Amino acid sequence: MTLNSKIPAGPLDKKWESYKSTCKLVNPANKRHLDIIVVGTGLAGASAAASLGELGYKVKTFCFQDSPRRAHSIAAQGGINAAKNYQNDGDSTYRLFYDTIKGGDYRSREGNVHRLAEVSANIIDQCVAQGVPFAREYGGLLSNRSFGGTQVQRTFYAAGQTGQQLLIGAYQALERQVALGNVTQYSRHEMLELVIIDGKARGIIARNLVTGELERFFAHAVLLCSGGYGNVFYLSTNAMGSNVTAAWKAHKKGAYFGNPCFTQIHPTCIPVSGDHQSKLTLMSESLRNDGRIWVPKKQGDSRKPNEIPEDERDYYLERRYPAFGNLVPRDVASRAAKERCDAGYGVGASKQAVYLDYASAIERYGKVEANKQGLSNADARTIRELGEGVVKEKYGNLFEMYEKITGENPYKVPMRIYPAVHYTMGGLWVDYELQTTVPGLYALGEANFSDHGANRLGASALMQGLADGYFVIPYTLGNNLADDIRTKAIPTNHPAFEAAEKEVSDRINRLMNIKGKESVESFHKRLGKIMWDKCGMARNAQGLKEAVEEIKALRKEFWSNVYIPGEVKEFNPELDKAGRVADFLELGELMCLDALNRNESCGGHFREEYQTEDGEAMRQDDKYMYVAAWEYKGDSQFEMHREDLNYEVVHPSQRSYK
Amino acid sequence: MEHYHMNLTLKVWRQKNKNERGRFETFQVKNISSEMSFLEMFDVLNEQLVAEQKEPIAFDHDCREGICGMCSMYINGRAHGPWHHTTTCQLHMREYKDGDTIVVEPWRANSFPVIKDLVVDRSSFDRIIQAGGYVSVNTGNAVDANALPIEKQKADESFAAAACIGCGACVAACPNASAMLFVSAKVSHLALLPQGDPERKTRAVNMIQQMDKEGFGSCTNIGACEAECPKGISLENIARLNREYIGAVFSGSGEGNA
Amino acid sequence: MSLTGLFLILFLLVHCYINAQIFYNDGGERFRAAAHFMGTNFVIRTVEIGLFAFLILHIVQGLLLWARNRARRSTRYAVSAGSKTSSWYSRSMALLGTLVLLFLLVHLSKFWGPNRLSQTMGNGELDLYTMMRDEFQVTWIVIVYICGCIALGWHLVHGFYSSFQTLGLGTHRYKGMIKGIGVAFSIIVPLIFALMPIAFYTGWIS
Repeated sequence: MTLNSKIPAGPLDKKWESYKSTCKLVNPANKRHLDIIVVGTGLAGASAAASLGELGYKVKTFCFQDSPRRAHSIAAQGGINAAKNYQNDGDSTYRLFYDTIKGGDYRSREGNVHRLAEVSANIIDQCVAQGVPFAREYGGLLSNRSFGGTQVQRTFYAAGQTGQQLLIGAYQALERQVALGNVTQYSRHEMLELVIIDGKARGIIARNLVTGELERFFAHAVLLCSGGYGNVFYLSTNAMGSNVTAAWKAHKKGAYFGNPCFTQIHPTCIPVSGDHQSKLTLMSESLRNDGRIWVPKKQGDSRKPNEIPEDERDYYLERRYPAFGNLVPRDVASRAAKERCDAGYGVGASKQAVYLDYASAIERYGKVEANKQGLSNADARTIRELGEGVVKEKYGNLFEMYEKITGENPYKVPMRIYPAVHYTMGGLWVDYELQTTVPGLYALGEANFSDHGANRLGASALMQGLADGYFVIPYTLGNNLADDIRTKAIPTNHPAFEAAEKEVSDRINRLMNIKGKESVESFHKRLGKIMWDKCGMARNAQGLKEAVEEIKALRKEFWSNVYIPGEVKEFNPELDKAGRVADFLELGELMCLDALNRNESCGGHFREEYQTEDGEAMRQDDKYMYVAAWEYKGDSQFEMHREDLNYEVVHPSQRSYK
Repeated sequence: MEHYHMNLTLKVWRQKNKNERGRFETFQVKNISSEMSFLEMFDVLNEQLVAEQKEPIAFDHDCREGICGMCSMYINGRAHGPWHHTTTCQLHMREYKDGDTIVVEPWRANSFPVIKDLVVDRSSFDRIIQAGGYVSVNTGNAVDANALPIEKQKADESFAAAACIGCGACVAACPNASAMLFVSAKVSHLALLPQGDPERKTRAVNMIQQMDKEGFGSCTNIGACEAECPKGISLENIARLNREYIGAVFSGSGEGNA
Repeated sequence: MSLTGLFLILFLLVHCYINAQIFYNDGGERFRAAAHFMGTNFVIRTVEIGLFAFLILHIVQGLLLWARNRARRSTRYAVSAGSKTSSWYSRSMALLGTLVLLFLLVHLSKFWGPNRLSQTMGNGELDLYTMMRDEFQVTWIVIVYICGCIALGWHLVHGFYSSFQTLGLGTHRYKGMIKGIGVAFSIIVPLIFALMPIAFYTGWIS
């Protein structure tokens, strides 16, 4: 099968416009007879379900949480980008497009990214209309801040809870459609299989997590908005329940998996405190706006941070990247932190951390505030207090969270941070219409691979999720469903549904009957360790080959020695988790294979063999300027298909943030 | 931060499902680090139970960073435990010392039936939002985001109300099992913004009606909800909701309009 | 609850003002004049009917509310937060209200009842001042009155603030003021009431 990305012809900035004007439409009377399944209710899923419901489609939404509002988009802190240029600082659709392409290290499609930049402004309008309380200036207009990898202020935010506010906006729109009867909502349901009839995605098998019953659902099209797979690393900033299962089932049924090795390691997370650690907590990238990152200049320096004088501190990001300083993109900042810690300059008990210091920001803001209040001779303490007040208003909830977790006061002592797995740029391969290689199956948001290339810029995930859901899928889905209006609803006693359900129940029974000795959690931890050590922030061919073998062995052990308590037909979180870990154990292998295949360093994928003398990533554009789309061919067998990336407008160059 | 280890006695509510009677079961956990979160301590206990081939304790949790609103434990008489403005997942074990006994119960309210052990069904909250907790604006209908300036103070107040995570601690803590703080947070969030203004009357009336229908208790202004709310939602929102509701009833609008 | 409560608060104010006339210590002259006016004025007598209606409504509503709210949590917590998250009196309004009601029954049977009975029988008004002086020589009655006033005070501390909150007036700007006035009212009014039996008992008023 050759991959057709279906990018519309014409100049880059006219592609989406011309697509929208020429795509096929479904008339309202027909929409009422078309069923759509949306799996996942985060920003992409909720916005898609609400928008499609508004258009008149019959939508069913599924989420494993107890309410759609709990999807992990809710945890996004910093903000959402949009090319509004409200700050008059030189922003434009093109610049957002360019920054995203460059930030993604030239591994994403120009057409998709430009569309994303085009609709970004509409997203902000839509959210404000829904009542999302973005931060505002005293004049009543929207406030912006800057994020990594950009030199303009285009990030809209609601304190450190932007994801929450955007998701609640989408959730409210969704609940409105539920009230109007256009959407049926299935919470505490997990998709466990995709049903394909005559080559098209026509439904899913879902497990009711409360009763344990398997249920069948038909639809003319299935939308996977199930998020990323960062939890393959066990420790990540994802929610405990975030998983790859829905996407993986689709992959095994024929949907190609694009660039699985592209994972983002976020530079500013609270470091691991011990073996008990169950997840990692992010400290918003927005903190790098004002905070300064440093380590001691002396190796193994065990003094307290406040005892280390200014000239004995190494502000290594400012030193290495003077143009962007602390605001280099995430992959660059993460690797730089790892480099310092590996070289023995790390801080804290584990020595696997660097400082994120607010002292100078507090002083700077304090002085500004003192001037505002006309205190010309304010003493140091007053300035400090005023500065702390300003910082509290901007980042208060993040500082509070840090203090709760670590027991340290970040206003007084620099925060300790370390990179952690955060986001997966890879995902199901989709064309311009967000359709996977299985007709009728779409992937939106983090679940697809499409817009971020090898590295995502901060505040772009929210933008992409909402762009896909609010503004892209309503058009592209209609374009395809226009040919499906004669398809009557297929009853769920169709043999394909029977077979799919049997597959699921067989697998569940197999899991339950292993009755081994080791817990699911323990297998997950062991997988995470392999992935982090060998397919994490830095990778090499040797390690990846080992990892593939180790994962295979671990998977075998899992299927012979896992112990799952409880019964099938009941609320059984251990069983839910077992199914997810079983899928991670397959995905992990594919990620390593993809990383092994990609003999270059780009974005979040850093192969130690491919770096410059001063440790910067080295791309191999002549060999790897393509999307690796993997087809599932059976146990441990994957075939790679290439989608070459053609840059018509941007000229790829070695990224430099110096 | 000095860190230490402790042994604890846990008395945890066990209930097989909605219909069966529940009871307390006592467990011992050893060598718990003061750096663990409360839920990580539960992970340790559950691993221990699985190792003994016993059924682990079911509890709701997801983001573990205090924002998704999924976690919901009633710890020693306190919704989300003793820390101010803190969800269960953000409560850390340095709160406790060696030898402590901790009693853990589910949220208890008839409108939140127990699903299993510490897991309860909060879908009533979704239905309250469905009754009117939104702005009726279809995708694509919006005007430019800056077309309508909003006074910063109002926007901030609206945000403070919108910070509600829908965890249900207000209901759990309220002696009347009332959901007024939850409803008032949503009504306030939208009533304070010009975008929410056109529907403010029907919204207040419909949401209150749905709340009553779901079987939540009435507010008698006790204030335990505010004290236990992990996001610091203020009682002033309840006053605002009352004002909205009275205004709507007196102006004769907002009758049963979905 | 809130509206009837506010009406009763208003009544307390008037009642307290009239009864406080005894503190002139003028042998009850001013008090008798005021009591005579209250006992015979047509408008006041009409309002009195309303007062009883409101009182009964307040009691019935309150008890129903209490019962309904209690039924919202069939399985109760094994450990309760106690006063860590709320004040005991705000949680005990039904109990305090019942105590006030019991006291009220005693109170009405001592003064209002006999007086109205005498009026209805055509025997004219009784000398309430003298009745007070006599009744308040009995120790148990004085104790009942003091207890009643204490219960009333706690009931008011929450009730005053709560009625404004229910009417939507507990905003940022007024919340502190309402709470302040409420607490002051809840201390001063019951205190004045309590001082009456005490004053007679100790012979401060003769």
